[in-house]
Amino acid sequence: MSGRERLARPELGRIEAQDVSIRLGRGAQAFEAVQEVSFSIEPGELVCVIGPSGCGKSTLLGALAGHIAPASGKLHVDGAPVTGPHPDRGIVFQHHTLFPWKTARDNVAFGPKMRGVAKGERRRQADAILDLVGLADFAGRYPKQLSGGMQQRVEIARVLVNKPRLLLMDEPFGALDALTRMMMQELLLDIWTRVRTTIVFVTHDIDEALFLADRIIVMSPRPGRILEEIPVPFKRPRSTDIVASQEFGRLKHHCLELLRVRPDGVPLPRLSPLGLGTGDSE
Amino acid sequence: MASSSDTGLARWTLRAASIAVFLLVWQTASTLRLNLGLVTFVNVPPPTEVLEAAIAFVQSAKAVDHVRSSLARVTAGYAIAAFAGIALGLAIGRSRRAADILLPPLEILRPIPAVAWIPLAVLLFPSSEASMIYITFIGALFPILLNTIHGVESVDPRLVASAKSLGGTPGAILREVVLPGAAPSIVTGLAIGMGTSWFCLVTAEMISGQFGIGYYTWEAYTIQNYADIIVGMILIGLLGMGSSALLRWIGARLTPWHTVGETR
Repeated sequence: MSGRERLARPELGRIEAQDVSIRLGRGAQAFEAVQEVSFSIEPGELVCVIGPSGCGKSTLLGALAGHIAPASGKLHVDGAPVTGPHPDRGIVFQHHTLFPWKTARDNVAFGPKMRGVAKGERRRQADAILDLVGLADFAGRYPKQLSGGMQQRVEIARVLVNKPRLLLMDEPFGALDALTRMMMQELLLDIWTRVRTTIVFVTHDIDEALFLADRIIVMSPRPGRILEEIPVPFKRPRSTDIVASQEFGRLKHHCLELLRVRPDGVPLPRLSPLGLGTGDSE
Repeated sequence: MASSSDTGLARWTLRAASIAVFLLVWQTASTLRLNLGLVTFVNVPPPTEVLEAAIAFVQSAKAVDHVRSSLARVTAGYAIAAFAGIALGLAIGRSRRAADILLPPLEILRPIPAVAWIPLAVLLFPSSEASMIYITFIGALFPILLNTIHGVESVDPRLVASAKSLGGTPGAILREVVLPGAAPSIVTGLAIGMGTSWFCLVTAEMISGQFGIGYYTWEAYTIQNYADIIVGMILIGLLGMGSSALLRWIGARLTPWHTVGETR
């Protein structure tokens, strides 16, 4: 760990989902967003969930975070059922969820503050994590004084400072330009090698999923079911060179086949980890 | 953007010129005793006469008492309105139950003009001072309340969700997320409320028997001293504008994230 403080507990962060169904909406508008989904994720594993827009992948992430309660099934983290939001299960949204009235440092120090950590100590912790994401020089800036990529790094730092069992990410780089997105993907992998926490990463970008994941869970259109789990064999540390490999092309083709939109398919509105109507506008 | 001092100076010159032209038109219309049919300046005192009345007012022994009484009333009524408006607004904006309990009576009270409250205010409060404070309170309450509710409801639910995921308790979320999130809107409400509180001053001080700028204005009307009426009006306008500006200045200091420049 190159002398760094150990930030996560590698033995923790196991996810068990068994026949999980999630219903959204009220009354006649209610529908099943996720249908009888079963999977398990090992501690320290990086799993990407891909699927068409509105397939319920973000909804599933919201259930793992504890913002949405499953209608039926079993959703356990380290053997205990998920009953509500908890700093052990941190979530990073697509964009704009930093507190605009707090500086980067105070945003990151929010979790420790909630735990009652004294001011000097929580600032020290925040600065250490900001250093880890490469933002040591920007601790005193307000979010709107930071670029989109920098804001997402603060978001990640704000979750990691709580030493979470799970890092849940809902298309975190989806609003960034292509070049920044690539840099953020490399940065995330770099952080993950040093802070080995379980990561569940929702995206609709197949390249992103193949570059990041140990395993990809492919979901069907609504109601979301698991179509296939694809192990990603590329050795780590990964470089962007893998994109040119034959295996990458083969896997990408396979994912595209699975996700191919049927001709009668109407694109569905994007769902969010908070249920309906509060998602990002993309 | 007009950011150079040059353009800044030009804008201030334009603003000053606007007031000068306004005064000139008024002066001309009054001295010529213009009768335009729909409006008439026959009995309107010109600015020069108002200026004389203003100088006489400032030099009079009662001027300080008038201003001090009015300031005390507006400050008291406004402070209570700010406290009640923000507290009620937070409760109504955060809890559906609080909204169901509190909003219906407030919605009925809201359209009632301050002047209609006078008889009831006199009956409700044994001291006339308290009834006057009540009128300025009523004037300030609703803008503060409605802007607070609006501010609380417009806080991004993802911010609240993030705070929960980071271990925030309901109290901490109210303090650290909802209150600062609603702050810009609350500051707007406070600034508007300050204006409406002054707006109701003349109404409130109709009850008074001695001091207050509103009372002074009302008394000038009853004894047909027209120049003094305008002095009173301008005083209220200036005091209201000044206190609103003071509030916006304080508000900007309390919400520094709102005014920092974007740098990328």
